[in-house]
Amino acid sequence: MDEVFKALADASRRSLLDRLHASNGQTLNELCDGLAMTRQAVTKHLAILEAANLVTTFRQGREKLHYLNPVPIHQIGERWIRKFERGKLTALSELKRQLEKRDE
Amino acid sequence: MSKPEFIYVTYIETTPEKLWHALTDGDFTERYWFGARLKSDWKAGSSFEMLRDDGTVSDRGEVIEVDRPRRLAYTFVNISEKYKSDRPALATFVIEPYGKLVKLTLTQEGFAEGSKFLDGISKGWPAIMSSLKSILETGHPLQIPFEALKIES
Repeated sequence: MDEVFKALADASRRSLLDRLHASNGQTLNELCDGLAMTRQAVTKHLAILEAANLVTTFRQGREKLHYLNPVPIHQIGERWIRKFERGKLTALSELKRQLEKRDE
Repeated sequence: MSKPEFIYVTYIETTPEKLWHALTDGDFTERYWFGARLKSDWKAGSSFEMLRDDGTVSDRGEVIEVDRPRRLAYTFVNISEKYKSDRPALATFVIEPYGKLVKLTLTQEGFAEGSKFLDGISKGWPAIMSSLKSILETGHPLQIPFEALKIES
């Protein structure tokens, strides 16, 4: 679990997870496209995310595809959030999202 | 080969045989899989069904590949009206031992275009896999039994 928190404690790595969340199964080239990060930096961040089991890869021919693996994040949630509270929290985060959207 | 829609991975402190049992035994799946009881004789080409706790069928499909305790693949789709434009999608479970740990990799692919089933199932799996890890490592699924909540009436 330490590795998951360390991996998540970096804005660049979180933005890589955001990109995979938006579109799962991307190659390194696709992930680098439009990012203000060098290819080397992206590779390094992906290795840390992979070691924390937050990203998993799949080989398809010569291409290596990267997938977001949310299972460890789910385990963190399960540890401190009881099942019956989840509905309320979903409603609260939706409310926060809606309210913040209006300020944009 | 099409590209899987998602790949979920978890590492569980167990044995491949115990994990295989956990994935295929209906009495066991009922305890961690949102109450779902899987039903099949687990032979390639056989039918696959997922039963609710009242015994009605929620999902149907076909067993595709059985290589105990390494690889299991079956197709399934929820048969309710909501998913009538969907088709069965292929779920593949790969079990690999690494010392004391077993790596479980689940991929699923072959969903219909604009699949509603994909949206639901891709959110359900991480919860099921977390609960599976918990029940195998601690003997308890993650869901809190209703009695334990001690709700005053």
